[in-house]
Amino acid sequence: MATGELNELYLRRRRTAYDKFIDSSFKNVAITMASMVALILVAILIVVFWGSNESMGRYGLKFLVTSSWNPVDDKYGIATAVYGTIITSLLSLLIAIPLGVGTAVFITENIVPTKIRNIIGVFVELLAAIPSVVLGLWAIFVMVPLLKPILTLLYKLFNWIPFFSSEPIGPGLGITPAILILVVMILPIITAISRDSLNQVPINLREAAYGVGATRWGAITNVILPAALSGITGGVLLALGRAMGETMAVAMIIGNSNNFSWSLLGPGNTIAAMLANQFSEADGIQISSLYYAAFVLMLLTLAVNIISQLIVKRLSLKY
Amino acid sequence: MVSTPSPIAQQLPADACISLDNVTISYNNLPAVRNVYFDIPRGQVTALIGPSGCGKSTVLRSLNRMNDLIDGCALTGRVLFDGADLYDPKVDPVEVRRRIGMVFQQPNPFPKSIYENIAFGARINGYKGNMNELVERSLRQAAVWDECKDKLNKSGCSLSGGQQQRLCIARTIAIEPEVILMDEPCSALDPISTLKIEETMHELKKKYTIVIVTHNMQQALRVSDVTAFFNAKALEEGSGKVGYLVEFNETEKIFHSPAQKATQDYISGRFG
Amino acid sequence: MKITTPELAMQKNTLDLYYKPDLRRNIVNNSLTLLSALFSIVAITPLVLVLGYVIIKGASKISIDLFTQLPPAVGLDGGGIGNAILGTVIVTSIAAMIAIPFGVGGGIYLAEYAREGSFSKFIRFGTNVLAGVPSIITGVFVYDIIVSSKLLFGSSYSAIAGGMALSILMLPTVIKTTDEGLKLVPDNLRKGSLGVGASKFVTITRITLPMAFTPIATGIVLSIARAAGETAPLIFTAGFSQFWPTAGNLLSGQIATLSVLIFNFSQEPYEVQRELAWAASFILVVFIFTINIFSRWLGRFTSK
Repeated sequence: MATGELNELYLRRRRTAYDKFIDSSFKNVAITMASMVALILVAILIVVFWGSNESMGRYGLKFLVTSSWNPVDDKYGIATAVYGTIITSLLSLLIAIPLGVGTAVFITENIVPTKIRNIIGVFVELLAAIPSVVLGLWAIFVMVPLLKPILTLLYKLFNWIPFFSSEPIGPGLGITPAILILVVMILPIITAISRDSLNQVPINLREAAYGVGATRWGAITNVILPAALSGITGGVLLALGRAMGETMAVAMIIGNSNNFSWSLLGPGNTIAAMLANQFSEADGIQISSLYYAAFVLMLLTLAVNIISQLIVKRLSLKY
Repeated sequence: MVSTPSPIAQQLPADACISLDNVTISYNNLPAVRNVYFDIPRGQVTALIGPSGCGKSTVLRSLNRMNDLIDGCALTGRVLFDGADLYDPKVDPVEVRRRIGMVFQQPNPFPKSIYENIAFGARINGYKGNMNELVERSLRQAAVWDECKDKLNKSGCSLSGGQQQRLCIARTIAIEPEVILMDEPCSALDPISTLKIEETMHELKKKYTIVIVTHNMQQALRVSDVTAFFNAKALEEGSGKVGYLVEFNETEKIFHSPAQKATQDYISGRFG
Repeated sequence: MKITTPELAMQKNTLDLYYKPDLRRNIVNNSLTLLSALFSIVAITPLVLVLGYVIIKGASKISIDLFTQLPPAVGLDGGGIGNAILGTVIVTSIAAMIAIPFGVGGGIYLAEYAREGSFSKFIRFGTNVLAGVPSIITGVFVYDIIVSSKLLFGSSYSAIAGGMALSILMLPTVIKTTDEGLKLVPDNLRKGSLGVGASKFVTITRITLPMAFTPIATGIVLSIARAAGETAPLIFTAGFSQFWPTAGNLLSGQIATLSVLIFNFSQEPYEVQRELAWAASFILVVFIFTINIFSRWLGRFTSK
């Protein structure tokens, strides 16, 4: 059989212009869609920056250290919310790190049977799936009432310390419940990323530690955790970013007070909670100040996230 | 089934350091190696040889309870170390590993400094002496001191593969075990590094009982005093293979006048 | 330290090898094991407590009315959250319709075209950074460009605006799952397809994308579940409404969602509203957990 004859059976041996057009436009569409991410990110920064222009011009950097939110005489500063954002995220991290890393160790090292470890792992992942607003609802009606006597006791015992210097009065909303609910929200992140990092520690490193006669926790603390440290640190920073930006649950229970106080027992505010509670009803210099606050929050979370990106890099994240 | 345990038992050396008494090891209820009897003589080098999948590494890892780390791994029978059953429920595996050290197939230094690699094991074993001296002595014994002495603070992972493996040997002897187990210690190394490790082993056997798993029969012949030959056969019940001990004798005899035909075939390269 | 007499040796070893619970290292070891077990229990306690309350408080309210009625006016009894359930479905669907094509397209570009170039590194980095942007900021962004400018339909709060805000939250997740799902497809398949003269387009749509369908679909469904529970970006984009969306303002009018309803009603002093908030939480949580557990099961089923 001649090759000419055979070739006639393949009608589309030569690609049509249409075929090539589809191929190249598909690529162009894909690249456009991928670029959307960068576009949105830049647009968000521009929009938030633009909106805060007026307030920035008027208050400058003093905005960050002024504690006043007064629509009557148009005096705005977010010191209270900045303090609230930083203290709630840092303290929640302080509680969540040992809990999360401890849990991650418990479910990666061979301490209990695999089945139990898997169940704990699934439970922690499901905890991450509960919507923030549901946690907030639970916190208002279940956690806060339970917590109030404890906070009152703390006040009575330690009111000479600035952090415990105000009596928890009224409905009991305040910074401490917000911290605890943030712990619940970032615990799954820290646990999941720590677990992934621990699982990536090569088996032969574990064997090396056990081989020289280390006990389980000798191996964990001296060899396994240090080997997983960079991943865990990245996860912790990611959790910090999440805690700073977390809105609903905090907005529902922090008390929304813009009067500055060091005390953790009384009401306070965070930037995100402030936005949630005021943004839709504000105008003029007040809304510009809210944009300014949003810009500050954006910069804070961007910085934390970029650092964590640089650290985590190779770990694939689920959250 | 193993022919019978008796011909093996007859060759009991006078001073057994570890004896395996009808040992069967299984993963998830599937036996990997079955009915193993032999005595590891004190102060000598014992080689475990055989084709892949014959369970020789599994047997080696059972000697210092390394298999405990593997889920679903179980052992029946007795492993006697100086007469004490290592698998007595009251025995602490950590204690066992401090007396019976191990060098692994892949060099696995800790991601710490060379100095710390040695000091870590010694410290957790409660070493109270002069640490600098111990580090130097261990590295010298493992014949890696010259390469390391100027960079003790550098990471152990910065060394070459052969140097890393000798660092791992140094780490093991720093805890002064009575027995050193070596799981194909040269399989990841080039011939020159292999030669250096073998020279190190000749030095070490003056002081320690050594058990080595090797794929390399020439190596077994070069370094060992006694040799155990393992083979694998299909399981009667269904799929998979199970390992068993074919022959255990002085290396000289195993290689030059083996009693079993399977040994003869393996030695002469007819299978495996 | 060689011991020659067997009796002595045996004695020494049996003494030495036994587990000694009062050794410092064993005390430390056991305390830490206990501590980590305790931490694990503490870590899963909130799930049990929250879930328990949501079930106790919410499940008892489940009735036909809950799904078909509007929230009652202040002071009245009964009623339901039908409009919020419908609203959540509408807003989440809009978000999915925007985020899925863009996310999958972006993921395809990263995994199939760019792979390891500097542009793809930049986009992957941007994806992770966008994932870390607080959701409330996304709300501010969409409020600014759509709501306050009345860009679409000349209306302010709208289902479209809410959907867009949620889609920005979903986008990074969809890109990431697509990217990672496609990367799992063995390269040989691509080479095989390209080797018989198939174009890149045909290779992707006929070979790699179908191969990676399950992980991508799982990831997308999970991100939808997540979006359905989001509140912060909706408060000032979709807003809230006491009424049913009508055919005329389905996309352009203010619309109630379960999550915003929970937020609003939690702030009200009336018991009826609070109970509806619990019922809404129950429906939301059941929906999200069902999807989570189902996708987990699907993942395990297909990985076998």
